[in-house]
Amino acid sequence: MAKQPASKKSPAKSGAKKPAAKKQADATAAQDDPDFVLHSLQEEFDANKRFDADTDQMMEFYRQMLLIRRFEEKAGQLYGLGLIGGFCHLYIGQEAVAIGLQSALDGDKDSVITGYRDHGHMLAYGIDPKVIMAELTGREAGISKGKGGSMHMFSTEHKFYGGHGIVGAQVALGGGLALAHQYNEDGGLCLAYFGDGAANQGQVYETFNMAALWNLPIVFVVEDNQYAMGTATKRSSAETRFHRRGTAFRIPGMDVNGMDVLEVRAAAEVAFKHVRDGKGPVLMELNTYRYRGHSMSDPAKYRTREEVQDQRDHHDPIERLKKTLIETGKTEEELKAIDKEIRKIVAESADFAENSPEPAPEELYTDVLVEEY
Amino acid sequence: MAIELKMPALSPTMEQGTLAKWLKSEGDAIEPGDIIAEIETDKATMEFEAIDEGVLSKILIKEGTEDVAVGTVIAHLEGEGEETAAPAPTPEPADPVPGEGKDEGRDEPGGVSAPERPKTEPKSDPDIPEGTTFTSTTVREALRDGMAEEMRSDPRVFVMGEEVAEYQGAYKVTQGLLEEFGPKRVIDTPITEYGFAGVGTGAAMGGLRPIVEFMTFNFAMQAIDHIVNSAAKTNYMSGGQMRCPVVFRGPNGAASRVGAQHSQNYGPWYASVPGLIVIAPYDSADAKGLMKAAIRSEDPVVFLENELVYGKSFDVPDLDDHVLPIGKARIMREGSDVTIVSYSIGVGMALEAAETLAGEGIDAEVIDLRTLRPLDKQAVLTSLAKTNRLVIAEEGWPTCSIASEIIAICMEEGFDDLDAPVLRVCNEDVPLPYAANLEKLALIDADRIVAAAKKVCYAD
Repeated sequence: MAKQPASKKSPAKSGAKKPAAKKQADATAAQDDPDFVLHSLQEEFDANKRFDADTDQMMEFYRQMLLIRRFEEKAGQLYGLGLIGGFCHLYIGQEAVAIGLQSALDGDKDSVITGYRDHGHMLAYGIDPKVIMAELTGREAGISKGKGGSMHMFSTEHKFYGGHGIVGAQVALGGGLALAHQYNEDGGLCLAYFGDGAANQGQVYETFNMAALWNLPIVFVVEDNQYAMGTATKRSSAETRFHRRGTAFRIPGMDVNGMDVLEVRAAAEVAFKHVRDGKGPVLMELNTYRYRGHSMSDPAKYRTREEVQDQRDHHDPIERLKKTLIETGKTEEELKAIDKEIRKIVAESADFAENSPEPAPEELYTDVLVEEY
Repeated sequence: MAIELKMPALSPTMEQGTLAKWLKSEGDAIEPGDIIAEIETDKATMEFEAIDEGVLSKILIKEGTEDVAVGTVIAHLEGEGEETAAPAPTPEPADPVPGEGKDEGRDEPGGVSAPERPKTEPKSDPDIPEGTTFTSTTVREALRDGMAEEMRSDPRVFVMGEEVAEYQGAYKVTQGLLEEFGPKRVIDTPITEYGFAGVGTGAAMGGLRPIVEFMTFNFAMQAIDHIVNSAAKTNYMSGGQMRCPVVFRGPNGAASRVGAQHSQNYGPWYASVPGLIVIAPYDSADAKGLMKAAIRSEDPVVFLENELVYGKSFDVPDLDDHVLPIGKARIMREGSDVTIVSYSIGVGMALEAAETLAGEGIDAEVIDLRTLRPLDKQAVLTSLAKTNRLVIAEEGWPTCSIASEIIAICMEEGFDDLDAPVLRVCNEDVPLPYAANLEKLALIDADRIVAAAKKVCYAD
């Protein structure tokens, strides 16, 4: 049975943290600063867990999450039709993570980097779905001119630095982006996403060490979707409460329900403030769930259909926000109208992606190097 | 308007499958995300999800049907008349790349043929003005001077690595930089090669100009993923959006009596990677001029130094801005009987060999490649056309080496100029031993280069 993201951490466990921290503090009292605050962010977040969004904000979150959902469904369909090839990792189920976090960024300053499951993070920036879909179909109009594909997409204009296919590499690269923010004194932070699988890569901890040592402005985000490809977290990870894994580097952790966009946003506010105040890195664990296989060619035999259905029925981030919106007085019709609009946008992006030309053969040799030698 | 539901491909290579089971019946209302069927291949069973909303109006392929081709219409969905973009055209994976995923097709008649690769001519070294004075400088100092000059002129340039700051560099190449530029721009890292190579690469992506020092390139093997997968490929994968102007530098090749794990030449490894610039200079002037060019380059550079050469002194022109072109070999000694091609420490041995050969009446031309990628083919071929005989001296293993590459170039493009087979003088094909006598036996030296040169001149 998979852990239930929403209830994974019982209150009892949260309560148990304090004495443990105390004990550790006593043991190393001589070296510990009095203000060692590994758990303060969690406490601050727990005190006010749901972001107080107004209706317009919530409608925007709803729209963006729905765009990701419908876009990814369409991508899956185009894959099935052979229009998208290779590896294609869908973000369905995890929408609240990218929207909740990225809506709290300062678009002029902050940078984002992630792994190969990157479509949602790009859409969260408001990047035109057409150029993303056209990249998936390998067309000239794609955001990487068709030369990157699903896993390798970038938008330096939006300070989105990819889109990386090697598990965990984006964490060290994100450390470098954070170093650039600090070096340039531009006031920006780097949001570096990685999965529960990547969380077991050594370079993640090498980066934790340097980030804490140099007080880098970086927010590490573990998107725990419960499975590292086909291996459940409890089968791959000695410590499945990933937010604790910064402790050895004195990086404060936060444990967040990644299936509720308002909780994610509330946590982002706390984490980003900490980093912007110059207090160094934060490690956030976003508990979420991927409805589809690891990639399109994964039949997901390692979990039951009932488990997936339970997530869809009881924890779906879009349904959850829809419920909140209806409680605030929005009607089914209003929300349906959004759905219709999104479907149109996605259908247009698919048309564009299917009908755009492939890259010219000459593109084979361009962009290998920037300069001529 | 009816939407056609088509047999999906579950993997890049699937061409047909079994429609194992319908989970919805005709007349059922379908919501996006509903699982409507199960599809089986020999590898997996997968669920087929609806993307559109509507009513399943007609099932065209019965469950249990085997060998249903990808793209076959398997059912009709009656929409609510609200959307629909026309369903995707015929799903025959239009114009597949020949050979993609299959062991066929690359050279089929009518297959896609690659266009001509654009050619560029390497630039020449700038002329050194008459009356320029020269200062004898060690390679170590020349490298440092090159870095310092670029750090003075470009505030984005900084150095990071193990022991580069307070210790002044494990091999003292960064001596004095901390004092002049301070800890913000001369950063001591923990011993964490994979991590700091990634941080340096990310900083370059973020707009800085990092110089990442590896204490030796042997340790960069822990970091090679970032050099190859992150730094070299990103510009291409991003369609030219995301540059990565980073310099990875440090000593490369055999040092002295440090055993197999600390004695290896990575020149051929990095030189095989498109997207990288690989530089391996020999003397001080080239070390300085190419270091400055490497730092200014918009491309990622692997800069291979050599510990045994650090302390050697050579003249460096006293110029304000001595920058050399990347990708241009240098004729170190002109000659007419045989060409000896080398790079890095091998150049010194080649020059020594040329002196010996001169004493025996053989006039050898020595070419220092200086840059291993892009390789200055023309310099090699021009010299070959003159001497008709060629030897490569490389302090490194022979298999899949720069020497192998030079031989291939001579075969492909210089065959008619050859009067003898091209020979390579490389290290012995063994891990480098510790014992002094065995180490000496394993490494190249001038005598072996002399012997090879005489052999191709049929003079022994």
